[in-house]
Amino acid sequence: MNLVSVGFFLAIVGLTLVVTYIAAKRTSSASDFYTAGGGLKGWQNGFAIAGDYLSAAAFLGVSGAIALTGFDGFFFSVGYVVANLVLLYVIAEPMRNLGRYTLADMLTARFNEKRIRGVAASGTIIIVILYMIAQLVGAGALIKLLFGIEYWIAVLIVGVMMTTYVLFGGMTATSWVQIIKASLLLFGTGVLATLVLIKFDFSLMKMFDTIATDHGEKFLVPGIKYTSTIDSVSMMMALVLGTSGLPHILMRFFTVKDAKTARSSISWTTWITAIFFSLTIFLGFGALNFVGIDKILAESKAGNTAAPLLANYLGGDVLMAFIGAVAFATILAVVSGLVLTGASAISHDIYGEIIKGGKLTEKQQVVAARTGSISIAIVSIILALFAQNLNVSFLVSFAFCIGASANLPVILYTIYWKKFNSTGAISAMVTGLVSCLVLGAMGPNVWSPVEGAAIFVGNPLVPLAVPAVITIPLGFIAGYLGSVLSSSKVPQEEAERIYKEIRVKANTGVSVSDISH
Amino acid sequence: MANLSEHKNIESIDYNAIEAMESFNNFVKKKNTFLFSITAIFLLLYILLPILAFQPVLQQKFIGNITGVWIYSAGLFIMTIVLCTVYVKKAAAFDKAAAAVLAEYQAKGGK
Repeated sequence: MNLVSVGFFLAIVGLTLVVTYIAAKRTSSASDFYTAGGGLKGWQNGFAIAGDYLSAAAFLGVSGAIALTGFDGFFFSVGYVVANLVLLYVIAEPMRNLGRYTLADMLTARFNEKRIRGVAASGTIIIVILYMIAQLVGAGALIKLLFGIEYWIAVLIVGVMMTTYVLFGGMTATSWVQIIKASLLLFGTGVLATLVLIKFDFSLMKMFDTIATDHGEKFLVPGIKYTSTIDSVSMMMALVLGTSGLPHILMRFFTVKDAKTARSSISWTTWITAIFFSLTIFLGFGALNFVGIDKILAESKAGNTAAPLLANYLGGDVLMAFIGAVAFATILAVVSGLVLTGASAISHDIYGEIIKGGKLTEKQQVVAARTGSISIAIVSIILALFAQNLNVSFLVSFAFCIGASANLPVILYTIYWKKFNSTGAISAMVTGLVSCLVLGAMGPNVWSPVEGAAIFVGNPLVPLAVPAVITIPLGFIAGYLGSVLSSSKVPQEEAERIYKEIRVKANTGVSVSDISH
Repeated sequence: MANLSEHKNIESIDYNAIEAMESFNNFVKKKNTFLFSITAIFLLLYILLPILAFQPVLQQKFIGNITGVWIYSAGLFIMTIVLCTVYVKKAAAFDKAAAAVLAEYQAKGGK
């Protein structure tokens, strides 16, 4: 670990702590803690949502995947970018108009039942923990590689930092850490891509020619990783629909004052992610050509260090240290958002609303939120320490799968379907969640006949790595059948009255001033 | 969205009355038709990528060594930016329609 690395590392830690200190002064109520008081501007929230998208898996993972598998890696880039449209067209504005702090708040606006809140909160906690373990294990390995720190120390450093941001600065600090990180990442990626383009005389043609002649035409088309249509279709469905069901993304819509600002947030995110993911081609092919597959594989089998290695080739130690520090900031920002989301489900949904019946004072809510944050952080750190030697990066795809199969059907039905009822909501969420976990656990990420390739040795019972192509229809069908086969818990008239109210609120935003301020 | 400052006392809004208004239902129908037809189109174009990517049509070279999959993907990126811009424009019109509905409701004597 050289002096330049230490310098960048400390600069990022310092900057984020200053932000947290300022944010802490503005964090006094539950609404400040969970949603930054609903006071973020469109561009700020847009950068923060982009920050959530551009996790270490997206930045390091996608550029590494393109370097190792060519177009197969670029599938992810397309999925992340188009996912913006689903959010923008059908989710963002009704979500802002109906919700308060969490996904469960939005669902219980229509079905005021504790079991709905309980199931929605449990789903959120499961997604958060799966996502977080993958991020923390990845972070530990990455920091070990970049800075030469022991795995367990690296996990603890990340754990302490994320807890500090959330505990003291709540959503305000978390958002600003995301904004800083997204800006740095965009800048760093821009520099790397430009340097790669200079090497190819600013010619896309020349880059593709070099890849085709020196590395083989197999990099130009899919087939190195994905050999069957159904596998890639399933993965792409999980990406495009799952984003709209990820609780830490949904929560970001409550940080702005109205639907119009939610809309402008996603508009910003769309531009940022479109630019960023276009640049991943240059990072991936640059690493393939200038670093080489052998050297990338020697450092990490998944190719996670392709981008830092490329930085080293193009700009020496200084650029590599900068990209390493950006990767570190990326991990910190994403896990902080996850801690906050997990805390909202534990402290607001389960403790505040279900156990205490919504009768907590403002001060008690903040104490509960902080306790929840510490709990979820500790659990995740312990799990990450145990999972050190497991390849757990696939857990992120499980999270997307659950988002698409359990959360998305319920959100859409709640907003748009008159005959939807609470039994339907429970059926959809439970079916989506359980089918993803069960089918996923029987899949090739968990079982492989080759020892060390997956967690257990044996033949996978389900051939799909991401079972979304089965589980998404299951979630929708369960929601439909649950609703038509059961009778509503509340009298017909009352159910219709509530749906009319939801319909007016979702479409006009007439109630938002009451909700956010 | 509509100007909310007039709605200080939220409890006094009669949602059922608004929901029963013809102008409201026309507006929502128009809006949902737009949203869902565009969503269906972009999801279809999107999911065709992993299907066609394994077919000869997108595997062949189009410009130099750049194959069809990259060009189709670039098309999806452009589609995303264009549809995002279209939505923002269209939503401004929906805001006006929503405001008109609320204004009509108030004019009828709702608070």
